Amino acid sequence: MASTVATSASRPMPRRQVLIEKLIGCGFVFPVCVLLLLLNIVPLGVLALLSFTDYQMGAVDLSFVGLDNFAKALGDPVFRRAVTNTLIYVAIVLPGSVVLGLFAAVLIHGRLGSRPFYEIVYFLPITTTIVAMAAVWQIVLHPGLGPVNALLQRMGFQPVMFLSDPAFALPTLAVIGIWQLVGFNMILFLAGLSAIPRDLYEAADIDGCGSPIDRFLTVTWPLLGPTTMFVIVTSSITSFKVFDTVVAMTKGGPMGSTEVLLYAIYLEGFQYFNSSYASVLTLIFLVFILIFAVIQTFVLDKRVHY
Amino acid sequence: MAQVELQGITKSFGATRVLTDVNLSIKDGEFLTLVGPSGCGKTTLIRIIAGLEQQTSGSIRIDGAPIDHLRPHERRIAMVFQSYALYPHMTAYGNMALPLTMARLHLYERIPLLRLLSPRRRTVMQQIDAEVQAVASQLKIGPLLQRRPAQLSGGQRQRVALGRAMVRDPAAFLMDEPLSNLDAELRVHMRTELAELHQRIGATFIYVTHDQVEAMSMSDRIAMMDGGQVAQLGTPSELYERPASIRVAQFIGSPAINILPGLVESDGTVELLGQKLPVSTRLPAGSAVAVGIRPEAIRVTGGGDPAARVSLQAHLRRRELLGPEQILHFHLDRLPTATVIVRLAGAQAPVAVDGAAELSFDPQTCHVFDADGNRVEVSRSESRAVPPEVALVQAGRAG
Repeated sequence: MASTVATSASRPMPRRQVLIEKLIGCGFVFPVCVLLLLLNIVPLGVLALLSFTDYQMGAVDLSFVGLDNFAKALGDPVFRRAVTNTLIYVAIVLPGSVVLGLFAAVLIHGRLGSRPFYEIVYFLPITTTIVAMAAVWQIVLHPGLGPVNALLQRMGFQPVMFLSDPAFALPTLAVIGIWQLVGFNMILFLAGLSAIPRDLYEAADIDGCGSPIDRFLTVTWPLLGPTTMFVIVTSSITSFKVFDTVVAMTKGGPMGSTEVLLYAIYLEGFQYFNSSYASVLTLIFLVFILIFAVIQTFVLDKRVHY
Repeated sequence: MAQVELQGITKSFGATRVLTDVNLSIKDGEFLTLVGPSGCGKTTLIRIIAGLEQQTSGSIRIDGAPIDHLRPHERRIAMVFQSYALYPHMTAYGNMALPLTMARLHLYERIPLLRLLSPRRRTVMQQIDAEVQAVASQLKIGPLLQRRPAQLSGGQRQRVALGRAMVRDPAAFLMDEPLSNLDAELRVHMRTELAELHQRIGATFIYVTHDQVEAMSMSDRIAMMDGGQVAQLGTPSELYERPASIRVAQFIGSPAINILPGLVESDGTVELLGQKLPVSTRLPAGSAVAVGIRPEAIRVTGGGDPAARVSLQAHLRRRELLGPEQILHFHLDRLPTATVIVRLAGAQAPVAVDGAAELSFDPQTCHVFDADGNRVEVSRSESRAVPPEVALVQAGRAG
């Protein structure tokens, strides 16, 4: 390889050598292409194909039913509720985890001695498995035993059935979702903050940004643009994929108030064995994610990079 | 326009002392350069003046009023950073307007949407616009105002940074190595431009550099710093012609001054490599001294110049031709470890490489330093008759 590169710089290569170089290039790309094809493209194709059939898991034959599954999904009240619930969940978790993550990062960034301590504390939720933590949350939020309700009662409120009251269950899961994400976002924001040159703050100091709010608005926030963009993308996709807390804590209940997209897909595909219908829901789920990604890449991206 | 006074500025970082009792008085409209090797404390000093660093003790006054308790933006100073420190997300215009919007608009008047509530914002912004445009046309960056720093070249960024400093109409400009990120050609050009700018606006400039050429070519006065103290304060020619210490002598001037070992004899004259310099000092006999001779003070003769009073035998080791002048590296026959550098005008080689030559110089042009490196005043030696050529030079110089 080295000799090929060396000659390419000095004089135009003979056609044979160009061919060899192209083949070498393809050789390097080949393994990745194979993996991409086997792990992503082919399963996606099978999924798309299944969505036009009436295949059920374990069935020996299938027949094509055209767009019937799609029509069913659009008219399905359970699916609609799952979409609504998911969007509500994202609408709470995304701003909550981004704003709190940024807030925590800005506060912790200035600490010298205690910074590692806070970093670990905030990062801990990411290292724990939510299935195990679900038990803890259930005790914490228990109407009779939990400290949260004890505190509420001490303050003169009625106890709240956080996980069994349809009005509270989804927001409660969203709060747990924020708890899971804040530490991760904070670490990303901390990395972004460390990359801001110190002399920009000094210049801002001389230019009249006396208060912390001025400094934040003039330097910190605009320069965190690319980081914020990345945090929003990852947080929205993560919160869109909410599943484990639902399975571990509410099973979609009470009264379907916490039934979210991924949980609906799971029920259709692995509980009711409606593989073809689950495929349709998965495709719709992917379209949602795609819309998010497209908006973020083409709209936000242009405004944050300089 | 202001007078800046530093009184007994001392700064320690923990146990490390970086500035010791710095006293400086910078006149109104003066271009003062803080120059020195890296780690001498010059940048720390300018940061203390800017308010970015708090001095351990001592006081700073602008026009007689202490500013020690003021935040950086309250000090009526502007700073140009080595990295320019332009806000990358703002256009050149935004960068230059920022100090003015910060000073003249309330927080709510700077926030999108909320600012629509302000009735006076429009007129204030028009005024700011006029001022930014005026400074931009002075710096000839009018057409670049809508570009972001990433779309500007180094020299253009430099101008925007200058513009941001100028719009504030500050009492003093602080510049921390503003030219060191530019390429050599542009640096020379910007040197002239900065000096002209200083003349035009007549403001007080405090300029930090490690480059003695910048210091020599631009300043009214130079404060040479060394080891956290002001080693010498004076005009460029004072520092060059009468360096207060061996460190100043070595730092100012390029190529650097030649330093040779000497010894004070019983009659007070200085012996230099077997030659007797016809100068006398008050140092006790037997004291070791260092004799400094500027590269351009040395003449090269093919050998056997009877007129030369002080001459050293040497061999030419290397010759660098720079066009209108040449730098010659000689090894002394009596002290082969020492290299003597000579600067000659013209492109004609006086001797061939490895050829023998005689280096002669006027004893009055040498600088004598004692064992601590401090300048020793020398007077004309009375013990011997002085040759006419030396006497002439002496008459030209008072003391």
